[in-house]
Amino acid sequence: MQFHKYDVVIVGAGGAGMRAALAAATEAGHAPRTAVLTKLYPTRSHTGAAQGGMCAALANVEEDNWEWHTFDTIKGGDYLVDQDAAEVMAKEAIDAVLDLEKMGLPFNRTPEGKIDQRRFGGHTRNHGEAAVRRACYAADRTGHMILQTLYQNCVKHGIEFFNEYYVLDICLTETENGPVCTGAVAYELATGELHVFQAKAIVFATGGFGKVFKTTSNAHTLTGDGMGIVYRKGLPLEDMEFYQFHPTGLAGLGILLTEGARGEGAILRNASGERFMERYAPTIKDLAPRDIVARSMALEVLEGRGAGPNKDYVLLDCTHLGAEVLETKLPDITEFARTYLAVDPVTEPVPVYPTAHYAMGGIPTNIHGEVLRDNDNVVPGLYAAGECACVSVHGANRLGTNSLLDINVFGRRAGLAAAEYAANHEQLELPAEPTRLVEEQVALVLSEHGKERVADIRTELQATMDANASVYRTEETLKQALHDVQALKDRYAHISVQDKGKRFNTDLLEAVELGFLLELAEVLVVGALERKESRGGHAREDYPNRDDTNFMRHSMFYKQGDGLKGDIRLDYKPVTFTRYKPMERKY
Amino acid sequence: MSTATVVEEKSGARSGQPPVADGAVTVTVKILRFNPEVDSEPRWESFGVPALPTDRVLNLLHYVKWYLDGTLTFRRSCAHGICGSDAMQINGVNRLACKVLVKDLMSKGDKQTTITVAPIKGLPVNKDLLVDMEPFMEAFKAVKPFLITYGNEPTRERIQSAADRERFDDTTKCILCACCTTSCPVFWNEGSYFGPAAIVNAHRFIFDSRDEGAEERLDILNDAEGVWRCRTTFNCTDACPRGIQVTKAIQEVKRALLFRR
Repeated sequence: MQFHKYDVVIVGAGGAGMRAALAAATEAGHAPRTAVLTKLYPTRSHTGAAQGGMCAALANVEEDNWEWHTFDTIKGGDYLVDQDAAEVMAKEAIDAVLDLEKMGLPFNRTPEGKIDQRRFGGHTRNHGEAAVRRACYAADRTGHMILQTLYQNCVKHGIEFFNEYYVLDICLTETENGPVCTGAVAYELATGELHVFQAKAIVFATGGFGKVFKTTSNAHTLTGDGMGIVYRKGLPLEDMEFYQFHPTGLAGLGILLTEGARGEGAILRNASGERFMERYAPTIKDLAPRDIVARSMALEVLEGRGAGPNKDYVLLDCTHLGAEVLETKLPDITEFARTYLAVDPVTEPVPVYPTAHYAMGGIPTNIHGEVLRDNDNVVPGLYAAGECACVSVHGANRLGTNSLLDINVFGRRAGLAAAEYAANHEQLELPAEPTRLVEEQVALVLSEHGKERVADIRTELQATMDANASVYRTEETLKQALHDVQALKDRYAHISVQDKGKRFNTDLLEAVELGFLLELAEVLVVGALERKESRGGHAREDYPNRDDTNFMRHSMFYKQGDGLKGDIRLDYKPVTFTRYKPMERKY
Repeated sequence: MSTATVVEEKSGARSGQPPVADGAVTVTVKILRFNPEVDSEPRWESFGVPALPTDRVLNLLHYVKWYLDGTLTFRRSCAHGICGSDAMQINGVNRLACKVLVKDLMSKGDKQTTITVAPIKGLPVNKDLLVDMEPFMEAFKAVKPFLITYGNEPTRERIQSAADRERFDDTTKCILCACCTTSCPVFWNEGSYFGPAAIVNAHRFIFDSRDEGAEERLDILNDAEGVWRCRTTFNCTDACPRGIQVTKAIQEVKRALLFRR
């Protein structure tokens, strides 16, 4: 076991983690000793897969203001958004974009040389009048450029990274005022050695858990580790039933095709060539928010109007955009369609279907990134930002581009708050035996206690989640999913891995990741079963309407009991309202 | 409308047959294995893997790892050519395993297809297909791969014309996968050479109209380990999974060195 001591430790090196690191190390006014731990290399993080843009009311190409952006975010989230947080995000969006430009991000430019902006789903002029050009972008690799730019600046400022260090636990020290976070425990992939990082403040920026689904835009490594760790410590997770399905995944594969394509004018069509979104969202059509477009696509297919030999997808028509627009503004997705489906978007429409994309829920935080331990109290020293966190700025459905915005605004806020906390507090003692849980966990996976294959359990988990807990849900499908997930958890107790070594044991890694996936899948399904209404990304066929009387509230999930078999206690948290009253959501 | 879908229960025992997709044909995947914990030197090992023409080579590696030999070790993450984790030699050339489809490697006629997979060359092998990326990342960091400016920052964004932005567009696409650098014969033989990827990332800033650090970077690249080592073999350009004109970028840096004041 090795021991390290820092002021601030950041877990995760995607956009939120690196933005937090830069804020802590360069903007806090003092220089806390900061380290970033990541189970990958920083530039492998899935921020790099984001394509379309990052919204901010710069008004570079047409009239816009941050209040409209706030409203769109709240309406887009089907009024489950905490309105104070949405306002913070929309206001600070402008500086977040300008900061990235000053760090060197190569945004596309207007003819005057300013940052160019494009249309995106759900972002509108004057509270829904028409689509507005708000998304700042770098071709269709905006996320790639954000990730690279943040990493470049980390190199510039000499930020210390521990690459391929897999954090598996946090250290909570009990005090008379409740638990305080005092460190993190990491498994070094190269050697199998455990490392304790004692720190005054820990920032979790570990990303999502899209791998609970089979068809997903998420990377193999997005297994909800951070959420799982926090949940196992008895801390809550919020709004986990709200999972976003991005409308345009490459059919059958789930690889993302940016909404920016529709922002540039691409059109969704069914088998007969009809622009079906005119029926579902007459005003902004193909640029309706993702939940609405995904449901519309699923309905077209369910009602027999799907395209292809099995009528199981719809078509994204970019052919009228012309080769020039595709090659310059959408080059990556053009190549994805060519490489993976052998379809050329310049001449043919592209087969698409919704793909599991983004967790609206996560580790509950306030607007400073402080992690909540219940509805009212925080865990001092523990922060979270990005997809693993739930502020909640996305409510029941996130608008396109708002995740790249979220990681920059709240990554920065969490980094600053962590640095501030570290400057004003003494380091507390670590709890006794800080590595014990992780040692036991690793030993258990490596011991011989069954013949179950990790791949079999994971494949079956993903299959049942796709079939029973995706775009449309019913009591019946969700009960089936819950039954399946619980049976898989039983089987997980009997897994065996073949690689028993210490050196880069990715067999062990995958087994541990599966444990997190199973736990989070169960939370998602239980939340979806209990939420007997339809709101944003959570669509219940048996309860098709939003029910503000009974369900205008955040779900809070607590793990009770030990081990993977623990029960879930469900509690609720009120939504924060400032100036917007819930209205029917029409586009 | 939707009804609960019962996913077929399997025995789940390790001896259970792994899944085989309809229409799959068996291909031989021949992998250069090396685990310093147990092997004294690298060895080839072959696996029969059911594959569809549309499968990525990464799918086949996953099949081996998940169903045949859990000790097989490689990096991967996004699985669609964006994160740069899974650079390896596939049939002798540097590729991302998630961007090569089986159909493009199929043998003609009835002959069974063999696909060889080996780690990228010139970096120390840690285990199987997983190499030590640190020397590569050190070369990247050495060229000051970040925007350098002096003087006060503007309140709003810096103004940059679309044409100036276009000037360095190609080299902004780099994902640091190391396909280019580890395809370069000069890099194989003279490990101290920065390698193409570092030069690509220097180019990205040297030709950015907002940057004021070109001279510092050119001094670094003018060094003995710098751009003059390049012998224009174009391996790097062939290897780049992002389609970057790597050799052209290196030539442009050379020209900038020749014509600077």
